[in-house]
Amino acid sequence: METAPKPGKNVPPKKNKLKTKKKPRRYWEDVATPTAAGTSPEPPPNKKRKREVRPERPKNTRIPKKSWNSKKRQVQRKSREHRNPAPQGTLSGAQDPFPGPAPIPVEAARKFRRIDKSKKFPDCKPQTQSRLEVAEAEEEVVSVKAARSELLLAEEPGFLEGEDGEDTAKIRQADIVEAVDIASAAKHFDLNLRQFGPYRLNYSRTGRHLTLGGRRGHVAALDWITKKLMCEINVMEAVRDIRFLHSEALLAVAQNRWLHIYDNQGIELHCIRRCDRITRLEFLPFHFLLATASETGFLTYLDVSVGKIVTALNARAGRLDVMTQNPYNAVIHLGHSNGTVSLWSPAMKEPLVKILCHRGGVRSVAVDSTGTYMATSGLDHQIKIFDLRGTFQPLSTRTLPQGAGHLAFSQRGLLAAGMGDVINIWAGQGKASPPSLEQPYLTHHLSGNVHGLQFCPFEDVLGVGHSGGFTSMLVPGAAEPNFDGLESNPYRSKKQRQEWEVKALLEKVPAELICLDPRALAEVDVISLEQQKKERIERLGYDPKAKVPFQPKPKQKGRSSTASLVKRKRKVMDEEHRDKVRQNLKQQQRQQQKQDKDKPTGARPSALDRFVR
Amino acid sequence: MKVKMLSRNPDNYVRETKLDLQRVPRNYDPTLHPFEVPREYVRALNATKLERVFAKPFLASLDGHRDGVNCLAKHPKSLATVLSGACDGEVRIWNLTKRTCIRTVQAHEGFVRGICTRFCGTSFFTVGDDKTVKQWKMDGPNYGEEEEPLHTILGKTVYTGIDHHWKEPVFATCGQQVDIWDEQRTSPICSMTWGFDSISSVKFNPIETFLLGSCASDRNIVLYDMRQATPLKKVILDMRTNTICWNPMEAFIFTAANEDFNLYTFDMRALDTPVMVHMDHVSAVLDVDYSPTGKEFVSASFDKSIRIFPVEKSRSREVYHTKRMQHVICVKWTSDSKYIMCGSDEMNIRLWKANASEKLGVLTSREKAAKDYNQKLKEKFQHYPQVKRIARHRHLPKSIYSQIQEQRVMKEARRRKEVNRIKHSKPGSVPVVSEKKKHIVAVVK
Repeated sequence: METAPKPGKNVPPKKNKLKTKKKPRRYWEDVATPTAAGTSPEPPPNKKRKREVRPERPKNTRIPKKSWNSKKRQVQRKSREHRNPAPQGTLSGAQDPFPGPAPIPVEAARKFRRIDKSKKFPDCKPQTQSRLEVAEAEEEVVSVKAARSELLLAEEPGFLEGEDGEDTAKIRQADIVEAVDIASAAKHFDLNLRQFGPYRLNYSRTGRHLTLGGRRGHVAALDWITKKLMCEINVMEAVRDIRFLHSEALLAVAQNRWLHIYDNQGIELHCIRRCDRITRLEFLPFHFLLATASETGFLTYLDVSVGKIVTALNARAGRLDVMTQNPYNAVIHLGHSNGTVSLWSPAMKEPLVKILCHRGGVRSVAVDSTGTYMATSGLDHQIKIFDLRGTFQPLSTRTLPQGAGHLAFSQRGLLAAGMGDVINIWAGQGKASPPSLEQPYLTHHLSGNVHGLQFCPFEDVLGVGHSGGFTSMLVPGAAEPNFDGLESNPYRSKKQRQEWEVKALLEKVPAELICLDPRALAEVDVISLEQQKKERIERLGYDPKAKVPFQPKPKQKGRSSTASLVKRKRKVMDEEHRDKVRQNLKQQQRQQQKQDKDKPTGARPSALDRFVR
Repeated sequence: MKVKMLSRNPDNYVRETKLDLQRVPRNYDPTLHPFEVPREYVRALNATKLERVFAKPFLASLDGHRDGVNCLAKHPKSLATVLSGACDGEVRIWNLTKRTCIRTVQAHEGFVRGICTRFCGTSFFTVGDDKTVKQWKMDGPNYGEEEEPLHTILGKTVYTGIDHHWKEPVFATCGQQVDIWDEQRTSPICSMTWGFDSISSVKFNPIETFLLGSCASDRNIVLYDMRQATPLKKVILDMRTNTICWNPMEAFIFTAANEDFNLYTFDMRALDTPVMVHMDHVSAVLDVDYSPTGKEFVSASFDKSIRIFPVEKSRSREVYHTKRMQHVICVKWTSDSKYIMCGSDEMNIRLWKANASEKLGVLTSREKAAKDYNQKLKEKFQHYPQVKRIARHRHLPKSIYSQIQEQRVMKEARRRKEVNRIKHSKPGSVPVVSEKKKHIVAVVK
């Protein structure tokens, strides 16, 4: 390589020559170049016209047209230009003050990016490589387009800001209710239900419906915005937990003995006796799985679309009463009494991950909607936020005077904690940042101890079930303001719901696909690829991709003596060898540089450095 | 205190009257659309399943011939008209929309060996076993007139094939030699031979219109330039080639249907290695025809099936067969690239959809969008084992199925022997010959 003449070294003089040489003029250039303008039949373009040429846009279509115009029109335009000092661009003479498409902030586009460019592909055919490159480029264009469509979103998120120096946590609900409009004020209400004991609650996925389950058997479902009651029954048995299934028409109730499923009229549809002594319920809407955690220590997945139990996993950690789902990847998080949180998928008999979070038992777990952060609280009165992207390390910790018994994340990343009869809400900087546990964003005092906690999707409301009934709390800025009409539409009609239900059932994701990274299905399966390659070599008896050793071609006219053949062969082999050595050297240098970078600069060499290899 | 609550006006989200369309606000934020990949995968799987469910390619069978259909020709101007020649010398003209025979001509004594239409669509030519070339008017005779050819040329030998030039009033026949004829003359402009063997088919190149290709029974494919008196070059294969067909989009590419069950796509500039060897048939391939897009071609085989191959793939993407279809002798892809016609031994012409699961007729815009989306999904997930398994599965008649198994065993045995031979001989003394080069004997210029 080094012996070969470098093209870069020899070319510059040539280039200079080219530069000095007069560029041949093309017939189509005469309009654009000022020197050629005089030769063209049209009048010389004035300076304003030249300024008008924009680098981003294609040439104005009017320019070529101009030459076809009659002289009269040209004169007219000329006079108009004199009158109107604005450079011409449109018919009115006004110029677009913001030419080109609107700029898109990089952050916004990154949100929509799906391909991780830092990942290298295993060595593949050049054809595949080029196809991948094309796909990547396309993806980038698409992400920019998607980011641009964000401009069309109609609603803005809510917010709550104190006057200078005012602490938002001191603001009471009554103050907020007073300040906001009537429709929002109506979203704050208390249901005084002291009779049937602490309540669990669940909002439907559209955020329109609410179901309440009282410890002493009271089950109610209502459209909480219109306050229309759908059903109210007493199941005459202790109710441990309550969940809506995929739509508001079905609800699962974990009763003292078995799991029951009711419809929105309060009619019992199923009694599932294989799920007994359930303490907590979670519904995975895209998989149509109802995950149940039981007193007996089993995590059971029930497929509600066909009514079959998919798997029953023994967590081997005693009574399970802390459970939550990760909405990003449908992994179930179980909190145990020994302070660990374990992550489960129905495809595996063992937990995917076990994280030691607390000294003492875990009281509550919550995962945010992007699946990045997990909040846990334990018997050690601590509340911790963990990073779920591979490291599983705590990002922030805070000790509370009274440990939090219930945690919930909102769609925009607010964290609510119920401690006795107090609710604290913490907020982060933006949507994708973890909540900072320093200053609470809002606090609220309830009339009873908290028993259930959930943010309402697509509404700035936190529902709290407690021993005194149910409280709907206003939390400005909690919810995603713009819903997607095809995914979960709070305003959907019956017909739309039916259509959605059919579509959702058709694309029910199989339970086996639940894993930590939901995009893993789109990755290249390198392991089986390599296995296939190996098998193919074994089957064929040779490696079809192997590099064939160089064989010199015989030359004519007596130059094909054995010695010369060997010499040529030797030459090529040596060259290859040199290349390899050079590459190795380069790699070593790179590694060295990396190591140097990693070392803290300015630190004095330690005596122990001599043992470093 | 500054506070703003999220408060939507329901009027903005609900339609005003029952006649309105429902409002569907969209937000493409990925957190609102979780499980993107698994859901797309399930959709792709469903789309693939539906494709197999709706794969009903057979459209119609045109019956009326009283002997096996030997040759087919498309009308250059009318999509609905097709011409067929039978083994009893009868030529029929069919209307595809009505699926009826509109005209019958007793053209020859013995086989109709070849049929081709003139580029303007006003007349057609037939050659037969009676050593004649006849030109016929496309329209039938008037009332009282007799069915007579416009011209008849009596030759010295039997003609086995005919093809018309794409732009000029010139046609070529083949038999013992390739003859180029002017339409106005009764003797050929020039005759070209290379060796002494009967030539089974001759085809004009649709782009480089002076080029011709022919295949002879001495196992070679010969290329000619009409402007020269001598052939250009030839390639000799292992076995005989039955027909060739030029790619209508790429001037240099042609595909040859061979007796050794394979089809070979050649680049005429480099005949020593075929661009692709297409193997899936289990018996001799008798005819081949390109789609007008030049991306795919259809082949007819003696194994009673027709297959559709993508040009750049060595395996077929589709196989069509019925219980009643016997050895398929001729096949044509219609000019709108939507249908395939095949003529077979048992006197029927069959009409197939080129895309087995395609919905015929006008599609609404929503249907079209759904179709496009599903197509893209299928393409994206085509390599996933579950999807591939469903997409690839075809039911085959027992005869073909068992033949495939048998031939797989034979091929495996041959390969094993080859590997063993390489293993036990001096390294480098037994060369590894690729599948592409294996079947080419020589190229002669």
